[in-house]
Amino acid sequence: MFEGILLTIITAATPLLFAAIGELVAERSGVLNLGVEGMMAVGAVCGFAASNLTGNPLLGVLAAMIAGMLAASLFGIVALFFVANQNATGVALTLFGLGLSGLIGSAFVGVPGVPIPKVYIPGLSELPVVGTLVFGQDPFVYGAILLTIATWWFIFKTRGGLILRAVGDNAASAHALGFSVFRTRFLAVLFGGACAGIAGAYLSMVYTPQWTQAMTAGRGWIALALVVFASWLPGRLVIGALLFGAVSILQLHAQALGIGIPSQFLSMLPYIVTVIALVLISRNRALLSVNTPATLGRPFVPDT
Amino acid sequence: MRIQLERRASHSQAMQYLSPIIAIGLSLVSFFIIFVLSGIDPLQALYIYFVEPLTAGWSIEDLLTKAAPIILIAIGLSFCYQSAVWNIGAEGQLAAGALAGSILPVLYPSLQGPWVLAAMMIMGVLGGMAYAAIPAILKIRFNANETLTTLMLVYVANLFLDYMARGPWRDPAGMNFPNSKPFEDGQLLPIIAGDTVRLSIVFMLAAVVIAWFLTSKTMTGFKIRVLGLSPRAGAFGGFSRNKMVMLTFLISGGLAGLAGICEVAGPIGLLRTTVSPGYGFTAIIVAFLGRLHPFGILVAGLLLALSYMGGEGAQVALGLSDQTTQVFQGMLLFYVLACDSFIYYRLRFVRDRSHEATAARVAS
Repeated sequence: MFEGILLTIITAATPLLFAAIGELVAERSGVLNLGVEGMMAVGAVCGFAASNLTGNPLLGVLAAMIAGMLAASLFGIVALFFVANQNATGVALTLFGLGLSGLIGSAFVGVPGVPIPKVYIPGLSELPVVGTLVFGQDPFVYGAILLTIATWWFIFKTRGGLILRAVGDNAASAHALGFSVFRTRFLAVLFGGACAGIAGAYLSMVYTPQWTQAMTAGRGWIALALVVFASWLPGRLVIGALLFGAVSILQLHAQALGIGIPSQFLSMLPYIVTVIALVLISRNRALLSVNTPATLGRPFVPDT
Repeated sequence: MRIQLERRASHSQAMQYLSPIIAIGLSLVSFFIIFVLSGIDPLQALYIYFVEPLTAGWSIEDLLTKAAPIILIAIGLSFCYQSAVWNIGAEGQLAAGALAGSILPVLYPSLQGPWVLAAMMIMGVLGGMAYAAIPAILKIRFNANETLTTLMLVYVANLFLDYMARGPWRDPAGMNFPNSKPFEDGQLLPIIAGDTVRLSIVFMLAAVVIAWFLTSKTMTGFKIRVLGLSPRAGAFGGFSRNKMVMLTFLISGGLAGLAGICEVAGPIGLLRTTVSPGYGFTAIIVAFLGRLHPFGILVAGLLLALSYMGGEGAQVALGLSDQTTQVFQGMLLFYVLACDSFIYYRLRFVRDRSHEATAARVAS
């Protein structure tokens, strides 16, 4: 029972982690992309469609990544090249993405998904308790963990990561040193799109193997809040994602146990907890400012 | 050769007016291409979307009915956006207004008299204001990002509305439909023109005129703009940022709440699980398309109301998904935002890679 709950928590946390790690990289470059929800929706429908049409889940994931990147490039062109307001552009991307996913997905309503096999690591997955928990997950879970480690390593241990942080913290100086702010930010946004696409694909291919309208259900926004919660550190993102995964799973278990609270109030929990978490983190300005990219959300145009 | 943006010496007055028109044109062209790709006769589709809804008398009425809530909300949001406050949760504030305004007709269905309707409207406004005050307080007191909090609160409000309509406020004689009891005559907004145009049109026009007066003729409007452009300059001028955050949230929440109760006490006529097909989000586009200017918003609101109606027509005539409308709206916002950059910038074609040359000089 307990093990089962932990398993579902990990499953609920995985899409949040994917979406949030992508947004973390984008925000580290100084770009606030509020379109995560839209990119996830596009990823969800394209991943589902491609895996269904080809029968190959791997192609589904690939399609979701590409769809997420295409959506992100729309944001990149408008917000970075045309230096439009990033808040408004992100909202545009979400509206557009949700609409587009509905348009593409109308042909796939009620169609069953292609099952994705779990990866059991021989020997290890037979261990008691930790067996299936650690060594019997679907491939996305391993992917999310590897991606988080790789992202941490990239941001803090590589030259590329240094440039990324420099652009996010002081775009003007980075530009003066000869680094292309536009290119760095665009690539970071594309990475965010690919991650959000995978997050969406996880929802439509693994979490609930089917496609329904608005199935992202605000997870893109929760992922955005998670980045603040994690104060832009990949390690803390894992803790945050598990925490929020737990909240959204608890409501399902509470419903199953027949606790006499109306289902709508249980469904509110993840959103209310997100607001509370935002408040708790944001009130400590000192803590927040240590890792906040200094030029987050501010457009940059070189004066040449 | 590269293309890049170059700051204009002074902002382009012409582009300020041309940008929305170019954006609409580009959206129509994109829509044309989408229709061609989907194997639909594009001219017929565009006709059904944007012309047909205007050809019948009844549909003009329908247009005004749909535009009223959108414009009301967008007027409120324009105050927020002018002061750089990112309220994108009008959809939730609308639901809160619909709920608060429905308290009287649902709990005391026998109440009659003109004051009941007035009280419902006031309670709707207060409900929207109260709900908008939550993210405002969280921002002022705790520095919480209002973009995220307002959005989270949309989900909370919609779930609460769903609960009330299915649960405590459901009409016991309603055949198990998740609705409240239908409102009585005295609890509905009177029809003032044609068969469907209700009093909410007057509220909308009043909001436009009052907003125009406030923003262009009063000190408050000036403070909002200064604080939006430069919080530091505003602070030196002695304007309180926090007060302005609260004020703009209350204005936008109040108008969204009014839109909510007008929908419930108007075209819908009862409280149900959803009262808005996304008016709160459409209003964001309308606010930008309308240049955050009251009269611009009036025009933009009518245009996007038209896209809702065209969407319904296209669903019937062409079998298109109702999501087509949302795609159009999202696309339009992209184009508006991109075209707006030409107000302050112009395109420049760079022949040599001067930027790298500069960098090399700095390095050497």
